[in-house]
Amino acid sequence: MTALRYTLLYITVFAAALFTSCRNDDIIFIPEEVPVGRPEFNTVTGFYLLNEGNMGSNKSTLDYYDYSTGVYTRNIYGSANPDVPKEMGDVGNDIAIYGSRMYAVINCSNKVEVMDAATARRMGQIDIPNCRFIRFWKGYAYVTSYAGPVVIDPEYRQKGFVAKVDTATMQVVDRCIVGFQPDGLDIADGKIYVANSGGYMVPNYENTVTVIDLSTFKVLETVQVAINLEYCIADRYGNLWVSSRGDYYDIPPRLYCYDTRKRRMEKVLDVNVGNYWLDGDSLYVIAVDNRETGAEMPDSYQIVNIATREVASECFITDGTEARIHKPYAVAVNPVTKEIFVADARNYVNPGYLYCFGRDGVLKWSVRTGDIPAHIVFTGQSVNEY
Amino acid sequence: MSIGATFVGDAVFALPWIKNKSGKVKIFYTLSLCLIASLAAPRLYSQEVETGDSISLDAVKVVARRPYSEVIPSQTLDGRRLEGLNSQSVADAMRYFSGVQIKDYGGVGGVKTIDMRSMGTNHMGIFYDGIQLGNAQNGQIDLGKFSLDNIEAITMYNGQKSDIFQSAKDYGSAGTVYLQSRRPQFDDDRRINFNVTMRAGSFGLANPSARLDYKISENVSATLSAEYTYATGRYRFRYRKVFSDGTLAWDTTATRRNGDINALRVEGGLYGSIYRGYWQARVYYYDSERGIPGAIVNNVWKNSQRQWDRNFFAQGRYRRSFSSRYALQVNAKYARDYMRYLNPDTTLMYLDNKFRQDEVYVSAANKFTILPGWHANLAVDYQWNTLDAELANFSRPVRHTILSALATSFHRGGFKVNASVLGTFVTDRVKSPEAQGGVTRVYHRDKLTPAVFMSWQPWKQRELTFRAYYKRIFRMPTFNDLYYTDIGNASLRPEMATQWNLGGSFHRDFDATVFSSVDLSADAYYNIVDDKIIAVPKGNGQYRWMMMNIGRVKIRGVDVTANLAMEPVAGLMLNGHLTYTFQRAQDYSDPSDCLDEAGTYKGQIAYIPRHSGSATLNATWRRAELNYSFIYVGERYHNSSNIPANYEQPWYTSDISASWRFTLRRKMSLRVTAEVNNLLDQQYEVIQNYPMPGRNYKIILKFDI
Repeated sequence: MTALRYTLLYITVFAAALFTSCRNDDIIFIPEEVPVGRPEFNTVTGFYLLNEGNMGSNKSTLDYYDYSTGVYTRNIYGSANPDVPKEMGDVGNDIAIYGSRMYAVINCSNKVEVMDAATARRMGQIDIPNCRFIRFWKGYAYVTSYAGPVVIDPEYRQKGFVAKVDTATMQVVDRCIVGFQPDGLDIADGKIYVANSGGYMVPNYENTVTVIDLSTFKVLETVQVAINLEYCIADRYGNLWVSSRGDYYDIPPRLYCYDTRKRRMEKVLDVNVGNYWLDGDSLYVIAVDNRETGAEMPDSYQIVNIATREVASECFITDGTEARIHKPYAVAVNPVTKEIFVADARNYVNPGYLYCFGRDGVLKWSVRTGDIPAHIVFTGQSVNEY
Repeated sequence: MSIGATFVGDAVFALPWIKNKSGKVKIFYTLSLCLIASLAAPRLYSQEVETGDSISLDAVKVVARRPYSEVIPSQTLDGRRLEGLNSQSVADAMRYFSGVQIKDYGGVGGVKTIDMRSMGTNHMGIFYDGIQLGNAQNGQIDLGKFSLDNIEAITMYNGQKSDIFQSAKDYGSAGTVYLQSRRPQFDDDRRINFNVTMRAGSFGLANPSARLDYKISENVSATLSAEYTYATGRYRFRYRKVFSDGTLAWDTTATRRNGDINALRVEGGLYGSIYRGYWQARVYYYDSERGIPGAIVNNVWKNSQRQWDRNFFAQGRYRRSFSSRYALQVNAKYARDYMRYLNPDTTLMYLDNKFRQDEVYVSAANKFTILPGWHANLAVDYQWNTLDAELANFSRPVRHTILSALATSFHRGGFKVNASVLGTFVTDRVKSPEAQGGVTRVYHRDKLTPAVFMSWQPWKQRELTFRAYYKRIFRMPTFNDLYYTDIGNASLRPEMATQWNLGGSFHRDFDATVFSSVDLSADAYYNIVDDKIIAVPKGNGQYRWMMMNIGRVKIRGVDVTANLAMEPVAGLMLNGHLTYTFQRAQDYSDPSDCLDEAGTYKGQIAYIPRHSGSATLNATWRRAELNYSFIYVGERYHNSSNIPANYEQPWYTSDISASWRFTLRRKMSLRVTAEVNNLLDQQYEVIQNYPMPGRNYKIILKFDI
């Protein structure tokens, strides 16, 4: 019977080991507060950072930095909206504030999440399948979408559209079909400019910018720029700065300057551009190096002067911190303090980092973010003028 | 009565139908250290029950234990224990092995792959009747596709099967799983066995199958098996979250959709005994259509992607000893696989991709006996693979693989050693699309990898054995890793795995006590996976990924198994089996990523629990049988940053089943089984955002003629 006794002992130990770590109820995400900076008081009160989260992970999260306390708070959506099932969603692709509301474009959740800009409390959602980027004009939001008309056809190549959304009712009121897989858009001089990527049609990328008349919401013209366009931004000189991702192999990313008044291409800059931010006359450009893909371009942290259309700074980071940044994914500049923020997506599946540099390019602080920190919007007075 | 071979080792096959008309039970071999009771084949017990014959179960105990030819034994699921696991597929059953983690996307049709000792799915070799199942496209075998209907035994080896007489492919993986299809077994005067099984239950499951065995002659028999599986795949799942004080934050219940499956399997086999050897041949066909249920994320509760698979293979084996010094084994196989993936959702990227793979494989293994107890094996395999796709800009790869293995085993007293070296020579020829010039590029990847297995039984009378092994092996980058349009990276190197293992096992049979036998085994191991192939996104936006050799993982683990067979009251057989696995599988890929607690450096890798285990209990009394199975998977993180945001809850399920056998007429019986799975209705996920089914039911009717 000794064997029995040992066996029972073994079973008991085994069972005890098993049940020491049992299931608990899942608790809503509790925001994590990290003091990083010194309290500051100016018209910019803080910023939201939208983390994309890896596709399928449903881990798009929202972080907030409060200048008045110097505290960075991670993952605020869950506690601000504890009654929303499955939280904010899958792959946050853009964020903007218009009036008192904040709009987060959640790509793989097929919606634009509408929140109170002050509290991040959910106010509703706008259902737009495969939505990408958002801009506003006179009470309407304009959202690009990859989703074309539903047609069953094996040879089908779907064009995307821009949805016109009444921000008062949160309803889509009109659609305008544009090019293939439209991404970034901007509004200037009564026109909407849409950068078409054609990302679903590899290797036959799209190469156009679609111009839409704001008043009629009809396509005015289609301008050829370069393959696989991603962002476009209109400056105060009437130029449109368009970024091309290249083809990841032989054709490198480039920055294009298109004069919207003369309707001609003014300049092509051989700048490795992954993302950018316009502040005053300075276009801050960041990009991941693409060396492993064959296009020989290093990480870039450049400033392009949009008045002279030349590279004004080869590296806006002056203290060597760039060596710590794995995958520069987003850049933003505080319009008042001119602090530069660079988001590092690291390996894309684990948490990223946000680096804050002074206007002199010296690191002030850094903080861990959610997965793939990607989109920043400042809060406060006169920071979100459209 | 006669006893068929119920074990996996091929050696038995030379004697498939051992006649024993005297009524005296003789079993010539038994398998492995495990399960005397289940070994003794259901047929043995049933005979006893049916006839009331007083075959003493002691007769089973006196059986000489077959000296297993492997240096290090396997983990095996077979016979009664396999039937009692309430498992629909091979993947479900394999959860009961120690050291194994399953990736399960849920439901009848969901993809299920296994990972042995945290080295990654692609390091596993899956063999069907002794010949490896291939997938040159992505290297993964969906074990959810293999139903247990026609499976007699599942055997798993860490490192490799340390047998001497085997093909070069048997040496070529970091861990191997052998699926043994059911072989025909005939009671003495019978020529035909026929059975029909119907399974039905939750998820709209209707799963009829039939099997016919026919004894053509004393030395040749045939078997034909067919199975159809239909399920809607619908089940309710529930997500809920609470505030930190325990009050409800949100609670939502929905139905899993697009998890339907429609599958047909037909296979046939021929088995022959020849003088000093045997041959066998098999044809297998599988045709399925299934929905891909997809991840459940905010605002997306249903997906519409579909997949069609058609798999065909024909394979054969011939094995014969030509003298006491030389034996030959020849294997051959042809396989064709077709896969179609459709994303009809035009709000996403419309896709309708078709892939076709062909494989030709031949192998010759030559065993030489140099001295008694000293053997050598020279095995050479050749394999040819192609992948074709209806895709724009698809580069058509052709792969030629030559594997040659040289092995020797030595056995003296209680000491056994088996050393092998495997040479792998891979040549890929890839023709770029016409649009890109139609240029053919050639890539060579060659590797030489060693393995040493040892075991030592210090005392002849005590079945206490110590064992150790070292093995270095790799997995070749797959066609998808290397050449897939846009994500492939042709400069990938093979992903290396190095394993060290130290362990021991103990077995004891008891006479004249309530115990029949006890088995214990424990192994400690240390594995390193280098140059791990990982997908990394390219630049901004998430729809361009590429494969890179950047990962490094170190795994320290302990596997423990225990088995106890007892007979507390005459006729009541109890069999209990426990496994426990501890794994510390750490990510060493990026030493700079250790800034705070979210750092991935030395973090536990994705989905590997530190603690996991299982318990199964089988009780048999006369015509009745009762089974209880329990699985525990401890807390995990869904990536190697081990922070609360990445935390995954532990999960544990209890499954029970009860069955009763009716004798309708002489040699005609009906077995009725009722199963309840996930008895406690736990709402859990194995993979993040892929909810698993709650409590579900199944009824099985099995009719034998």
